Amino acid sequence: MAALSKANILKSNNLTGWLLAAPLALVLALFLILPICLIVVVSFWQATEFSIIPAFSFENYEFLFGSSVTYTVFLNTFKYAAITWAITLVIGFTIAYYLAFHIRSQTWQTVFFLLCTVPFWTSNIIRMISWIPFLGRNGIANSALLSWGVIDEPLEWLLFSDFAVILAFVHLYTLFMVVPIFNTMMRIDRSLLEAANDAGATGFQTLTNVIIPLCKPGIMIGSIFVLTLVMGDFITVRLMSGSQSANVGRLISNDIALLQYPSASATAVILLITVLLMISALLRLVDIRKEL
Amino acid sequence: MSERPRSFYILSAVFGLFLLFLYGPTLTIGILSFQGPQGGLTFPMRGTSLHWFRDLFEEQAVGDIWGSFRRSFALGLMVMVTTVVVSVMGGLAFRKKFKGSGILFQLVVASLVIPSILISLGVGLMFSQGGLGVHWATSGFGSQLTWTLPFGLLIMFAIFNRFDPAFEEAARDQGASPWQTLRHVVLPIIAPSLIGVALFGFTLSYDEFARTLLTSGSYNTLPLEIYGMTTNVTTPVIFALGTLTTVFSFAIIGVFLLTLRLTQRRQAKAGSDAGKGV
Repeated sequence: MAALSKANILKSNNLTGWLLAAPLALVLALFLILPICLIVVVSFWQATEFSIIPAFSFENYEFLFGSSVTYTVFLNTFKYAAITWAITLVIGFTIAYYLAFHIRSQTWQTVFFLLCTVPFWTSNIIRMISWIPFLGRNGIANSALLSWGVIDEPLEWLLFSDFAVILAFVHLYTLFMVVPIFNTMMRIDRSLLEAANDAGATGFQTLTNVIIPLCKPGIMIGSIFVLTLVMGDFITVRLMSGSQSANVGRLISNDIALLQYPSASATAVILLITVLLMISALLRLVDIRKEL
Repeated sequence: MSERPRSFYILSAVFGLFLLFLYGPTLTIGILSFQGPQGGLTFPMRGTSLHWFRDLFEEQAVGDIWGSFRRSFALGLMVMVTTVVVSVMGGLAFRKKFKGSGILFQLVVASLVIPSILISLGVGLMFSQGGLGVHWATSGFGSQLTWTLPFGLLIMFAIFNRFDPAFEEAARDQGASPWQTLRHVVLPIIAPSLIGVALFGFTLSYDEFARTLLTSGSYNTLPLEIYGMTTNVTTPVIFALGTLTTVFSFAIIGVFLLTLRLTQRRQAKAGSDAGKGV
């Protein structure tokens, strides 16, 4: 009898669970699974200058893997991801550490934390554009350096360069590191730090032996965000490099602009596989649901 | 209070520089948008004027900015409402630990990490190949949800992880139906946090670019309009537009945060009536 009612409860949990989850599942099925399946299908299609033709051909993939451009562009994308990841990690960790362990008043902690997150809710494109007056040939950075006598003529590589691309990435995405790392830091039991202190650990030893290991989940979640955002980007690279550099996202968007959907789809499939492999490797190291 | 260590002052300086790095560029274009009519995209200021803001109001000068603003605003509201409703339902669903919840959760994570250009391309293809035609209110709306729903749902997880089930048990013990428990106990308690979900829903939609690029059809949303301007506008009018939308974003964030504080305060005031009798 007891077993029966338990089975009933489980059954009704399943039913209400699915009813409640139905809208979510529906949106994801229609706008995530179906489109991705379609991309995979179209990646085997063929294209003329004006239209795309259903087919089953490996032409797009053969072209993709046969072209040296592909490898250069993927390499460039990994380069952006790695550099941005390293910089945002160092800055993000430092800022989170300061907020979590050095700010003692809870009000100020909230205020500072909000100051770090507000830009997330504003437009990325405008935040990119706003570097133009700073980095341009006659921009603020060059004028300042000239007037201080550090340089004799304006630096050309500030805007429309890899430097500008990375700068914009760091500017846009550091808060994706700050928030999860701050979140895990706030859960660290403060008595652990006291214990480390009592046991004679220096501040630096406490940092490397206690805080950093305990922050690993936050670091992982932040890394997942930064890596996927940079890997999938196409607009930052276009705007900030002045179309002089390329990454995979731009390769895709260029094909789209030329209406070459099948070849865009093939590149997209390879990008998707790359990103998913990276993420599943990282997800093995952390359980997201526990960390919220 | 103990003496501050030296590292505190160093890190404070670092934090100050970080804030300058975050907000400096935005402030710069804020100042530059008041350039005189002869002014360019960088300093020096050639006089100050409202010239470039006035330009924004002359439709021919810069395209259909106000139309795109209205569309972005409407789309933001649609996405906001949908995100709140679907996330709350989803959050409640995941508490039931129903069969298949693991797979659904992995899909949610996938939705968050899949590059947005793939969603844009896929949804765009689906609607154009399916003969439906892309439109910001259909395909654009759907593809933005794949970005806002995971955030909404993750916030819901965070909320329910901190939610004390004793409140529900108490309501059940007093004979409340599941719906009554939800309506009179659970929802009022989580209400302030839902404002956070709404904030994510609206602002992420309002600023979304990549996912709407191929799914909005012939009528642009505001970020698309601004993106178009970056390629062919070389006057401070683009800074004026940037400043206006940023001010608008700040105002929206301010409204949400204020509402959040007010509801939290109301909740604290109403507080617990334990022991006060009926």
